[in-house]
Amino acid sequence: MRLEAREHVPDWLKFLVPISAIVIALIIAALLLIIAGAPPIESFYYLVKGAFGSKNALAETGARATPLILTGLAAGIAFRAKFWNIGAEGQLYAGAIAVTIVGTGAVNLPSSVMIPFLFIIGALAGAAVILPSVILKQFFKVDEVVTTLLMNFIILLFVSFVLEGPLKDPMSLGWPQAASIIDTGILPQIMDRTRLHLGFIISIFVAIVLWIILETTSFGFRIKAVGYNSSAANHSGHSVARTMILVACISGGVAGVAGVTETAGLKGYLTLDLSPGFGYTGIAVAMLAALNPIGIIFSAIFLATIYVGADSMSRAMNVPTYLADVVVAVTVLSVLVSLVLTNYKINFQSASK
Amino acid sequence: MILDFFEILLNTGFWAATIRIACPLIFATLGELICERAGVLNLGIEGIMTVGAMVGWTTVYLGAELSSGVICAALIGAIFGLIHAHFTVYLGASQHVTGIGITLLASSLSYFAFRLILPSSTTPPKIDAFQPIHIPILSDIGFLGPILFQHTAFTYFAFLMVPITMWLINKSPFGLAIKMAGENPMALEAQGINVLTIRALAVMLGSALMAVGGAYLTMSAFNAFYFGMINGRGWIAIALVIFASWRPQQALFGALLFAGLDAYQVRAQQLAGAFIPYQFFLMLPYVLSIFAMIIAAKKTRYPKALLIPFRRGERH
Repeated sequence: MRLEAREHVPDWLKFLVPISAIVIALIIAALLLIIAGAPPIESFYYLVKGAFGSKNALAETGARATPLILTGLAAGIAFRAKFWNIGAEGQLYAGAIAVTIVGTGAVNLPSSVMIPFLFIIGALAGAAVILPSVILKQFFKVDEVVTTLLMNFIILLFVSFVLEGPLKDPMSLGWPQAASIIDTGILPQIMDRTRLHLGFIISIFVAIVLWIILETTSFGFRIKAVGYNSSAANHSGHSVARTMILVACISGGVAGVAGVTETAGLKGYLTLDLSPGFGYTGIAVAMLAALNPIGIIFSAIFLATIYVGADSMSRAMNVPTYLADVVVAVTVLSVLVSLVLTNYKINFQSASK
Repeated sequence: MILDFFEILLNTGFWAATIRIACPLIFATLGELICERAGVLNLGIEGIMTVGAMVGWTTVYLGAELSSGVICAALIGAIFGLIHAHFTVYLGASQHVTGIGITLLASSLSYFAFRLILPSSTTPPKIDAFQPIHIPILSDIGFLGPILFQHTAFTYFAFLMVPITMWLINKSPFGLAIKMAGENPMALEAQGINVLTIRALAVMLGSALMAVGGAYLTMSAFNAFYFGMINGRGWIAIALVIFASWRPQQALFGALLFAGLDAYQVRAQQLAGAFIPYQFFLMLPYVLSIFAMIIAAKKTRYPKALLIPFRRGERH
């Protein structure tokens, strides 16, 4: 048995990639449910009900999808240029720290100015913390995977420091949390009496903007060229370094925006558990969508469904919630297999020639 | 005050702690080094250490011998290594994404299984872990005795792995094949040796070592399993491999250097904690890893075929 490259990948095969990945992930989830002693069909019923069964459930799924769309976009655009940004988690927190600094009273503007201002500040902070990694990669040949990963730990410790020190809410009675974002900075609800907020629409808007940039501008073309072959892109007269730095800043900036939606949208204030690994899940979101910004909206909603649904399923069936993380991980790996199998044909005749 | 910071260096407790903290890093760095020498970047390391920590601990918790715990950890590591190799070596999928996927899978499965075994424990139970062995005569030597000769068998095993890996990489025929698979796979194939098999075996062996490094934490250091207990040690090991220029003896040096700084950081924290917040001390290992990579970057010479999948009959 051997793999042979396909010259042309038919469109129907491309659609098969995410579908087969999801099916494989759900089969493995069913197996784990059986091991945990829970009947899979009934468990899946609770999962779907928990994610879509009521107005509130729908709103929760949308609210959970919001940061995942953004971290998915952060991974998606960077991976297109083969810049391996695994630091969206830290960049998200950088955005959250920045909006906490300016948004808890230091700056007071009318809502229509305050909210855009917070988004810009959050994006700048996210871009700022990715800058060392991309500069070290381009000019010192230091691997960005490790530096972006290590930055996550550094930034999280910094969050812990600011929450116990300079940004600690004096009213929080010992809990390490920051003061609330002032009212004019809070993202308005878009569904009555739920936690679904303006951030959901903004994240979709960001996805559409990035899709337009990638598909229609020469900058979008350069990103692909750099990702495909950076030395060839260099010979064609484009500055690879400039493209790479810009891509990294967009990636970090979008992850920083996720910090804004969570701080000023969902929670209202910064805590150490603001993100339960949204930065890492974003990688799965991006892979499932084959790095396509529009696809990322849907794959984020799918994985948000799994997370929100798994919460209520685990309550009903007494199964550890970590099942949702397993589904996410299996999705990443099965997308990889499906991608290889669609780009290559399997020739079952043994390689005896 | 300044003298207090020097006094830490005269404390046998500091040096003994350095030795202990180095052990998981030694296993993990050697494991990653073997993978990368064969041409495969293994970003599954953080998750494989987690699953090794969980499986080693659980095996003993369920009543097995300590040695069986280490063996089970190594086996589960090798299994995840096989999954990694299946994707990256046989299917030629992206090593970056596969590695992250393996880390997500191995850690989420570990947490899921741990919660199944212990549904609701707020304080994780401890096991009767490896106990320090006082080596006769040697452990009585002043100063050096408590530093070098009063450790657990697991600790001595970690240090023994360094010469074993040196022999494996530099002297054994398998090591030669690993190096060729990472430098010039075409030449290896031309000698009639299957590049894919060599790479897969190297990834499995390396992953087994990573898992044993994780098991050290639950079986010889903390004696319990906590969520998030690997805490970036895997990523630090990846930085250490680069810092060590892919050489086992330098990996030992790097691991000891880092462990020393970590042990020093904990003690300096007690002295300076009043005016420097403790989080900045905890950041040090991560910050230093980045600096170590910057220092090493100038002389870095990656294995030539690292990250490049090998397909028989295709020219590169």
